[in-house]
Amino acid sequence: MTDRTMVDGMSAPRLTLPLELRAVAITLALGALGYALFPDDLAFLTRLISIALLVLSLDLVTGYCGVASLGHAAIYGVSAYVVGNACLAGHSDPLLLLLVGAVAGAVMGLVSGALVTRFKGLPQLVLSIAVGQLVAALANKLSTLTGGSDGLSGISPGRIFGIYAFDMYGRTGYVFSVAVLLIVFVVLLRIVRSPFGLLCQAIKDDGLRARMIGARVYPRLVLMYGVSGVVGGIGGALNAINTGVVGLDSVGFERSAEALVMLVLGGAGSLWGALIGSIVFQVFEHYVSAANPFHWMTMVGALLIAVVLFAPKGLVSLGGLLAGRTASVLRRRP
Amino acid sequence: MAWTGLSIGLDALSYGMVLFIISIGLSIMMGLMRVVNLAHGAFAMIGGYLASFALKNAGVGYPLAIVLTVLGTIAIAFPLEFLLYRRIYRKSDELTQILLTIGIAFVIIGVANYVLGPTTKPIPLPPLLSGPVDLGFRMIPAHRIFVVICGVCTAGLLWLLIDRTEFGIRLRAAVDNGDMAESLGIKTQILFSATFALAVGLAAFGGVVGAELLPVEPFYALRYMVTFLVVVSVGGAGSIPGAVAASILLGLADTTGKYLAPEYGEFFFYLAVILVVFLFPNGLLGRRH
Amino acid sequence: MSQSLLELRNVSMSFGGMRVNDDISFSIGKGERVALIGPNGAGKTTLVNVISGDLTPSQGAVQLAGVDVTGLPISDRVDAGLIRTFQITRLFKSLTVAQNVALAVMQRKGLTRQIFSSPMDRPDVRREWERALGTLGIAHLADRQVSKLAYGQQRLLDLAIGLALEPKVLLLDEPAAGVPSEESSKIIEAIDRLPSDIAVLMIEHDMDLVFKFARRVLVLANGKLIFQGDPAEVTHHQEVRRAYLGSYADARHAS
Ligand SMILES: Nc1ncnc2c1ncn2[C@@H]1O[C@H](COP(=O)(O)OP(=O)(O)OP(=O)(O)O)[C@@H](O)[C@H]1O
Ligand SMILES: [Mg+2]
Repeated sequence: MTDRTMVDGMSAPRLTLPLELRAVAITLALGALGYALFPDDLAFLTRLISIALLVLSLDLVTGYCGVASLGHAAIYGVSAYVVGNACLAGHSDPLLLLLVGAVAGAVMGLVSGALVTRFKGLPQLVLSIAVGQLVAALANKLSTLTGGSDGLSGISPGRIFGIYAFDMYGRTGYVFSVAVLLIVFVVLLRIVRSPFGLLCQAIKDDGLRARMIGARVYPRLVLMYGVSGVVGGIGGALNAINTGVVGLDSVGFERSAEALVMLVLGGAGSLWGALIGSIVFQVFEHYVSAANPFHWMTMVGALLIAVVLFAPKGLVSLGGLLAGRTASVLRRRP
Repeated sequence: MAWTGLSIGLDALSYGMVLFIISIGLSIMMGLMRVVNLAHGAFAMIGGYLASFALKNAGVGYPLAIVLTVLGTIAIAFPLEFLLYRRIYRKSDELTQILLTIGIAFVIIGVANYVLGPTTKPIPLPPLLSGPVDLGFRMIPAHRIFVVICGVCTAGLLWLLIDRTEFGIRLRAAVDNGDMAESLGIKTQILFSATFALAVGLAAFGGVVGAELLPVEPFYALRYMVTFLVVVSVGGAGSIPGAVAASILLGLADTTGKYLAPEYGEFFFYLAVILVVFLFPNGLLGRRH
Repeated sequence: MSQSLLELRNVSMSFGGMRVNDDISFSIGKGERVALIGPNGAGKTTLVNVISGDLTPSQGAVQLAGVDVTGLPISDRVDAGLIRTFQITRLFKSLTVAQNVALAVMQRKGLTRQIFSSPMDRPDVRREWERALGTLGIAHLADRQVSKLAYGQQRLLDLAIGLALEPKVLLLDEPAAGVPSEESSKIIEAIDRLPSDIAVLMIEHDMDLVFKFARRVLVLANGKLIFQGDPAEVTHHQEVRRAYLGSYADARHAS
């Protein structure tokens, strides 16, 4: 998938438009499909979208920069808390809240990026964990701001554009979330193909080679962490806006680890992979986890092992393979 | 005040020793096989469960229970080594290792929860260890002292093993230069398997003797997953003195933090981690690569 | 001396106790073509690593156009026009051939800060990466994924990236070693056609190539610079002969 998009983007500039249009069309189709399949459970879908943004955010640093992070929920959770508090303080315009979330996420992203990308390998992984756990411990401690283990509740955002109120069925929230996801996704498609995005991938491939073409590796990685923070922050903001509560789970280690699992399931290094991974995982979770949470854990574990062994590049690569086969079969027909 | 200090110190030391016993296996594995094994804590947990079963249900004595536990955990872990771990020794990238081993940990947690239930499993101590010890001026839980002795013995025996035996010579040669060792005819696969067994055995041992401090329940594997990894990173992968120093330092940071400001949870622990990683990116006593 | 673009002063590099570069001094002026030769393990690549900034020398100084760059990061040296290639190719495997070169062009032009636009197709950028690929005869591979290139093609691309960075001083680490003859002739041609004002230091084992290319030869053995001068003299120089024969004899002895 990435191969093709990259080639598109470069050899024929006129094709970039269809690529983004395609993304819009697919996202809208998925949105409609979701509505058709789960009309009574839009809350689940809005949650799914919010988490999908976290996974996209993680993809930017893990898939595109090669930074394995097990603390990415810090960005998501902090932004959700900030948005929650902003709303409780009376700033209830949803668009303003999104902006607040994006800024909070960006700050968190830059700070954690500055810490985490300083080193490589084990120290890097451990720093990502430490940042996540530090934030989680603080969230627990600062209960005046976070509501501690009870969570921060009573967040009730105002009308979108002053017109559309959030209804109890979650319809407004759902449409709002799909629109936000769509915009973010299209913007990200451009960012990962920009010179900056390419440079990040180059750094992932070979940091020393990137330096030898003159790249300043550390500032680039921190900047990508900042972009990732914006995306994760928007995800956290959506979570606060749609559910009206923010709990400790939104900063926890499990949230970070699950995001990584979803990313790798779908395929790191591809935005489509992040999207597919978060959808497949959460729909699966929706059914299985409800049936038995303990079997759920076993199954996620088995799934992870299977992905590593049989589809190390994620579902998106299987999809690409399938599409390639179909295409070649079709081509062979006269 | 001084008593509080002493008490914190002993708690920190015994907690640190438990961390050491469990983490040192992981450290050696990472030094030699370069595997980020997030399922290491799960093996310590299996050890705890086996010991609980041996002591409560089978009525075996404490020392024998420890031996059986260590062997039993190795037996359980070995198929995993054969089927899964072998694929990721030394070569694959970090992300793959993280995912595979988190996957293993999740499966173990899920199965433990299903088979044994979500409750904490007690590991009854023999009378000798369960009471307090009178130091004349102060009573101290005997178990704490026992843990410290276990830690010191583990460090000493490991040092002997690695410094004085044929196995140790091969191990060090392979750590220093894996490809060279291979070409010198050291059978690295056997060495890796032996090291894996050693690591798992130590984890199980630590899981049993440390059960008072790290209670055995299904989410043990997840709860302490990162703690052990952090100890290894702070100490420097593959370094015994580094692991000792890191365990004591982090044990102290955690225990002191929880005594003085319990509402901050693990805050001070992870603050210490960030500081140490920045000051010593290769570990307190680790070597540069 | 004011003409010298690259100058090394008493550079030494040790790993642990092992001195791999020992008190090396030389300078290369504008437009010079210099070959660096020496037996395997002599410390040639290490020297290039020191000059390019991958390693910090244990002693001594590296100067670029009269400015001391010894402590400077790699990227600053690249900005100043010090470019290298690698003995073992290092490329951006998940990108296409064109992207590899275009990235170098955009980095040099300061465009990699752009995070939203896609200036790869801007005429000035495009012209440059197409020219670099054309020079090495791999323009037809532009859209190929780097991971799917043959080894010889990878070597061509490595050099194309170097050219796209518009070097003032170019360090080539065995650019044609192990490359099939078809590609190696393209590499040699490209090196021949390099702009005449840039300084080139090339590590090379093939003496025919060295004679063809270089006006001056540096010989490194056991980390020491044992000869520097006219290529015609090098084969008659006693110490050089001994260094090469010695290593040849050692190699035969070992096997
Ligand atoms: N990072 C390092 N750490 C330790 N030793 C090193 C390192 N890099 C190189 N060496 C040693 O330095 C010596 C010189 O290596 P170098 O690669 O510079 O030789 P070379 O002249 O380029 O050889 P060749 O012709 O085979 O490319 C070798 O003995 C090598 O083992
Ligand atoms: Mg070399």
